Amino acid sequence: MEKRAVDAARLSPRLKPEARQTSQTNSLSVRVWRGAEEGAYQTYEVPRLEAQTVLDVVTYIQRVIDPSVSYRFSCRVGVCGSCAMNVNGQARWTCRTHVEKVAADGRLEIAPLSNLPVIKDLVTNMEQFFDKWARARGRFNGALTRNDDFARVMPDSPKRQQVDAGIECIGCGVCYSACDVVQWNPDYLGPAALNRAWTLHNDVRDISHVERLAAVSGDAGCHACHTHTSCSERCPKQISPTIGIAGLKRAVLAAAIDGES
Amino acid sequence: MRVRQQVWLWLAQRVSAAVLAVCIVVHLVTMIYAVRGGLSAAEILARTQGNYAWFAFYTVFVLAVSIHAPIGLRTVLAETLGWRGVVVNMLTLALGITSALAGMRAVLGVFS
Repeated sequence: MEKRAVDAARLSPRLKPEARQTSQTNSLSVRVWRGAEEGAYQTYEVPRLEAQTVLDVVTYIQRVIDPSVSYRFSCRVGVCGSCAMNVNGQARWTCRTHVEKVAADGRLEIAPLSNLPVIKDLVTNMEQFFDKWARARGRFNGALTRNDDFARVMPDSPKRQQVDAGIECIGCGVCYSACDVVQWNPDYLGPAALNRAWTLHNDVRDISHVERLAAVSGDAGCHACHTHTSCSERCPKQISPTIGIAGLKRAVLAAAIDGES
Repeated sequence: MRVRQQVWLWLAQRVSAAVLAVCIVVHLVTMIYAVRGGLSAAEILARTQGNYAWFAFYTVFVLAVSIHAPIGLRTVLAETLGWRGVVVNMLTLALGITSALAGMRAVLGVFS
C-alpha cells in the first residue's frame, strides 16, 4: 500500500507533497475493459486525487496495480490525440478529461473507442480510420513546384475561412467513435475523413477537387450522413464535421449539375 | 450501383421530401376541414370527381411518396439489417412502382 501511495504522488507532479496527502480523500471505482473484441470489465480501486485526469487514472492502474493493462498515450496535453477512449459511454480525450467532470459519483467506466477493432484492452486498431482518409483523397495535391513562387491565399477569403474551421483536426478518432452511421454502415468514410476532404476542397492550391468529390460521394460518403451531429458535439477541437459534410453535399450537387462528376 | 446514381437517389429523396412536406400539410388540413360535418364517400367524391386541381395534387402526392419511401427503405434495410446490393435495390424499386400504380389507381378512382 505504501508503494502505491508513493507512486500516486509521483504520477501527479503538479501537486505539492502536502497537497497530495490531503487531496486523497476517497477512492474511485474504475471499470476497465480487458480483452479484445471479446472480454469483460475489470474493476480497480484508484486513489482520488485533485486535478486528476482520466489518463492519470489509467496510468495509475497500469503502473501501480496491474501492469498488464494496455492503453495508448503520448503527449498527455491534448496535442497528439492518441489517448482517446470511451469514458462513461462517451468518447473523449482522457488526458483532457478531469475525473471530477465525469465521475461525480466516484465511478468510471473506461472502454476502447467504438467502431474500431480492439487490439487489447483500451487499444484500438486505427488502420481503417486512416485508410478512409486515403479513400477520401485526404492528401493535398498541388500544381506548383519548389521553383514556383508561393501561392497567395488571403486569410479572410471565404474558402480559407472554411479551411480554418476544420484544419485543426488531429485524427484522434473521437468523432469516428461517436458516429452512428459508421456503426450502421462500416463502409462509411466517417466524419474525420470527410472533414479532411472538405478542407482540401476549399484549398485553392489543390487541383484534385473533382476526383475528391467523386471519392466522397454516395452511400459510403457524405450522402450517408444523417446529420445526428454527434461528431460535432464530441469533437475535442470544437470542429464541426457536420458543416463540412453539408458543404460536400452542396459541392457534389453543384458538380453533378455542371456535369463534372 | 454507381456513385453517380447514389447521388441522384439522395437528391430525389430530398426533393420528394420537400414536396411531401407541402402535400401532407394540405392533405391534413383538407381532412380536418372535410370531416367537420361527418365523413362520407359521397362528400369526398363530390369534391374530387372531375376536379383537375385535386387530381393534379394527389398525383404529385402519390409520386412523391413512391419516390421517397423506397429510397428511405433502401437505406433503412442497409443500416439496420445490413441488406445491400442488387436484390434490395430491385425490391425497393418494385415497392416504388407498386406504390405508384396503386396510388394512381386510387387517384383515378376518385377522379373519374
